[in-house]
Amino acid sequence: MIETHELTRHFKDVRAVDGIDLRVAEGELVALLGPNGAGKSTTLRMLTTLIPPTSGTARVAGFDVTRQQRQVRQHIGYIGQGNGAAHSQRGRDELISQGRAYGLTVRAARARAAELIDSLGLGEVADRTVSTLSGGQRRRLDIAMGLIHAPRLLFLDEPSTGLDPQNRANLQEHIVALRREHGTTILLTTHYLDEADSLAERVIVVDHGRIVADDTPDRLKAVHAGDRVVLTLATGADADRAAALSARVPAATVTRGGRTLHIAVPGAPALVPGLLADLRADGVTVAAVEVSRPTLDDVFLNLTGRSLREGAPVAADLDLVGA
Amino acid sequence: MTTFAADTVTVFSRELRPVLRNPASIVFSMVQPLFFLALFAPLLPDTPDGSSALQWFVPGIVVMSCLFGTSMTGSNLLFEMQTGSHERMLVTPLRRPALLVGRALKEIVPMFAQAALIVAVCVPFGFEVHLGGALLGLAVLAAFCVGLGALSYTLALASKNQEWLFWTVQQTLLFPLLLLAGMLLPVEGGPGWLQTAARFNPLTYVVDAERALFNGEVAAATTVTGALAAVAVGALGLAVGVRAMRRSA
Repeated sequence: MIETHELTRHFKDVRAVDGIDLRVAEGELVALLGPNGAGKSTTLRMLTTLIPPTSGTARVAGFDVTRQQRQVRQHIGYIGQGNGAAHSQRGRDELISQGRAYGLTVRAARARAAELIDSLGLGEVADRTVSTLSGGQRRRLDIAMGLIHAPRLLFLDEPSTGLDPQNRANLQEHIVALRREHGTTILLTTHYLDEADSLAERVIVVDHGRIVADDTPDRLKAVHAGDRVVLTLATGADADRAAALSARVPAATVTRGGRTLHIAVPGAPALVPGLLADLRADGVTVAAVEVSRPTLDDVFLNLTGRSLREGAPVAADLDLVGA
Repeated sequence: MTTFAADTVTVFSRELRPVLRNPASIVFSMVQPLFFLALFAPLLPDTPDGSSALQWFVPGIVVMSCLFGTSMTGSNLLFEMQTGSHERMLVTPLRRPALLVGRALKEIVPMFAQAALIVAVCVPFGFEVHLGGALLGLAVLAAFCVGLGALSYTLALASKNQEWLFWTVQQTLLFPLLLLAGMLLPVEGGPGWLQTAARFNPLTYVVDAERALFNGEVAAATTVTGALAAVAVGALGLAVGVRAMRRSA
């Protein structure tokens, strides 16, 4: 459905997108994950014909994004960061106008608008002026507008930014349902880790305009960030003995800071009971234990040395190990 | 896939719909012209041939009301560019020129409504309408309106997120254009430089033509020059606007 080759976009001196090769097959649900300014939205804007690439090529839904713009536009759906419906319009009117823009007859556009209004729960607000709608209602209207022509391929740019948790969950349900019921191919950008993790089967990590990783969330976590066990011991002597003992666990990397041991090891949840039993048998007193599974933020940190969370201090998690 | 005409109709109807849903909105941009009419017209002396000054003044006010409303119309697009609604239109297969032409053509509708309203208000005070001429006058004004609307949208596209830029340019150009066209007072009595400047203002010819046409002088040279000026503004506006819309995004 999507195939790009060395796709590049420069803004003056900034390489916003710096040679992206991307392939998305029919029926996939893919998330582009990265911090603000990583080049996710710029990539999406090139794929949806909103901006031309500086160099490189992209074929979307079988058409070239620079030479066959109208065909690309006809075959894709797009839900941008802003509100698609003009504030002076009524929701239903905008839906019908959209339908006409994609070549539906007036009758077909009306019917399709009614169908989407119904399925997105917009019945009570569809005939009100858009400016009077709540943020969540406007977002649902945006989705309806993006789906008016039942596209086989849908792009969503930061779909849940600015939504409260309830509306975000609601939106995610719609995306999953769309995929399940219609087999729609979906490419979305997000800087919400939980969103990429729970929604997408494939996560493409983007940083500085390049793809730095591309896999399922589980495999990304397994490969780029292992499980972690944090042991706090009663005394310094206990810590010495525990460090020696845990170093014998296969594939474990142990870091020590005072009475705290930090053990990076795959399959930690299954190993911890055995380790604790061994420590106890050895007479070591464990004051506290914590097992953490990796998150996509750990993956990102591991790949780029930076945290995805805005404003988070660089390598905050590693600092904790030494504390 | 749709045709250019169908695309234009889609954009035109979408633009027109909020106006039809809320017809009172047409009156808002008329507030100023109506004040001029109510407070300025009584100050005018009767013309030498004894006819009412309204005969001279009202066609100018019709053009003024079109000038006020239409020059502001780009602010709608400006707002849609800020909210994301314009982006939504750009991602549809609608042809780029249709995105502009449809919007510009819509300006004709409020113009007609406002003209009808102004004339209806003035008839009881002694304004005489020559229907054929007036309709022809409105057709000339329609061409001007489309061009002006297109230019207003071009200004919006050029201003992007700088709303102040749009309003500064619009307000700066509005009054010189209006006064130099002899809309409120005749330019003929003014100094030479002012008369020269007026000759370079296409609006001057449109206003003169409207006066002739509303008075029933259909076969006058003024009419032809005015129509040509209006069509020239229309063509220029559309050409510039379509170019700007193609580059938009």
